[in-house]
Amino acid sequence: MRVSLFVTCLVDQVFPQVGLSTIRILNRLGVEVDFDERQACCGQPAFNSGHSDESRTVARGFLEAYADSGPVVVPSGSCATMLKVFVPTLFPPDSREGRLAREIAGRTYELSDFLVSVLGVTRTGARFEEDVTYHDSCHQLRELGIGRQPRLLIQGVEGVRFLELPNAARCCGFGGTFSVKFADVSAAIGEDKVDTIHQSGARYVVANDVSCLMHIGGLLQRRGSQVRTLHLAELLAKFEE
Amino acid sequence: MQLRIRPNTSAVLSDATLQANLKPALEKSLLSRDRAVAEVSNWEELRQHAHDVKAHTLSRLDHYLQELERKVMAQGGKVVWADTGAEALEFIVGLLQEREIKKVAKSKTMLGEEIHLNEELERAQFDPVETDLGEYIIQLSRETPFHIVTPALHKSKEEVVELFGRELDMPPTDDVEAITATARAVLRRHFLTAGAGITGVNFGVAETGTLAVVENEGNVRLCASLPEVHIAIMGIEKVIPRARDLAVFLKLLSRSATGQKSTSYVNFINGPRREGEWDGPREFYLVLVDNGRSRILADPELRQTLACIRCGACLNVCPVYQRIGGHAYGSTYQGPIGAILTPQLTSAEAAPEHPFASSLCGACYETCPVKIEIPHILLKLRERVQRSRQRLARHLPLEAWAMQFWAWAMSSPNRYGFLGNLMRRVQPYFVRKGRMRVPMPPFSGWDRYRDLPPLPEKSFREQFRALNKEGK
Repeated sequence: MRVSLFVTCLVDQVFPQVGLSTIRILNRLGVEVDFDERQACCGQPAFNSGHSDESRTVARGFLEAYADSGPVVVPSGSCATMLKVFVPTLFPPDSREGRLAREIAGRTYELSDFLVSVLGVTRTGARFEEDVTYHDSCHQLRELGIGRQPRLLIQGVEGVRFLELPNAARCCGFGGTFSVKFADVSAAIGEDKVDTIHQSGARYVVANDVSCLMHIGGLLQRRGSQVRTLHLAELLAKFEE
Repeated sequence: MQLRIRPNTSAVLSDATLQANLKPALEKSLLSRDRAVAEVSNWEELRQHAHDVKAHTLSRLDHYLQELERKVMAQGGKVVWADTGAEALEFIVGLLQEREIKKVAKSKTMLGEEIHLNEELERAQFDPVETDLGEYIIQLSRETPFHIVTPALHKSKEEVVELFGRELDMPPTDDVEAITATARAVLRRHFLTAGAGITGVNFGVAETGTLAVVENEGNVRLCASLPEVHIAIMGIEKVIPRARDLAVFLKLLSRSATGQKSTSYVNFINGPRREGEWDGPREFYLVLVDNGRSRILADPELRQTLACIRCGACLNVCPVYQRIGGHAYGSTYQGPIGAILTPQLTSAEAAPEHPFASSLCGACYETCPVKIEIPHILLKLRERVQRSRQRLARHLPLEAWAMQFWAWAMSSPNRYGFLGNLMRRVQPYFVRKGRMRVPMPPFSGWDRYRDLPPLPEKSFREQFRALNKEGK
């Protein structure tokens, strides 16, 4: 099988190891991975702030790059949501772009969903002897309904002790531009999340969105916490070649 | 006047008493709601049914309102149509003056808050008394409701004891029974001397002309039956077609709002006292208030906002409301429903921050008993705010400019790659003691509370290119 990776702008520029981990996992499972250099962003920052024209401009770039690709795999719940749920709403339903957006949305998969639901895999061969907890990112859980798949995958990692996070489905407070526009509220909500992470007793908090992890990790670090953040792909790629 | 939220947040976040009261109160509401909902095996089916009934009703609102009017009139009630809050107030004040009524016993009504009924009655020298315990506390402390269902949610028992001691001469006590007994004794006197009762309406049944009002204290029943005149005020979106739908709506409302199987009292009001009946008001008025609702109705994208049954569940579950509470919104309606309703009842310019006071987490939609897509409506409203901002501003607003620049950069891999490299080049200038610190816009809000992750030496695409070269 051959898939096309949409790595997301934040992974590309700030967390490249998440993209490299995704490729390692997929390759190990016998999936070849294409990366189209024309990709940039899904358009979400502008869309969520009410700038739909700018969002459309950027989403158009995505549609061009993936018009003829195979299945699209995205290591992010919120970018996958943008591509699957919201980009199709940016164009008139009967236009060429509207049809293309719906067609691509139909073959776009968030990483954990792709592994579990398409490949039927819950073990990637990773090994990690640590206490790990999992935070549900909001778009992934509530827009895409993906909560079971990442838990199965984490529990499939050899040596992991999985500790359920209290109120795992409660928002971390990031919320895109909300984190800057209402920075104090965003941080206060994040503090509640950090408290529950500490309550869980885990050493690592895993999520499937680097944006949430950047927010949670930034708060943990500011607090001098020993808890570390880990993207799901990084955890699942902890195996020897 | 512009309603703002951002100037209010730092004060409420640092108010230790408020934060200490808020958290356990909301946790309790959430827990009892979840427990009550879990008991209903076909909850999702009921939600969908209620959603469909509301959507149908809103598509023929004129028809059902006229049917309701006919049925209420056939039972001896009078129906008044008010385009605006001012019209509703004018009618109520006029009627009270004509009947020479001084004291008005009021039950809890958010519509009353919306049209500022108490202020207007006081201004016109009437004596309105809130008879719901929570609302009475709010009235005595000269505040506005903190929550659409539990208006005094933010008050601790100690604060209420202090307030009743000051306002009602209640001796200090720790006993909740003693506190409620004090309120009951005071309120009873008001019920017996009030010339008119004003209540809200939860559901107006078109088929039968019945007004359903839920409550837990019996005060609505007294307001609607003891005084000579009963005035019910109702937003035009509160009509439902058939009595049988009440079975679904009452179940959804009580379980969502307070986690109860049913509220202690469910009142079905059918007009004034009839021949041979020994109680009930002599006169009954139903005031149907529009106050911006038909404008919302005219907008197919946002119309579902009017399906709200005011259960307050979206407030309890909202991470933003959980932290900033109700007063920070500065509007009659708070939380997620307030965030979408306020700018629609007023205008995008009047409440420009409301649609942005959300992390778009979607917990509100998940919990909403009538499945209002609040996050999607917030997005639509954000778009409208940005458009109106750009239309009204003399220069392109900074954020709009930044987004245009961003779109320009993001729509070309070369520009995007170049900017990424540039950021990596300048990064060393922002590292202080091994940490990235960027205390300047647009990063200052971020920087104040959280560390920024350091940028890697090479982007993913550069590393991918290098890998591919090795491979070949």
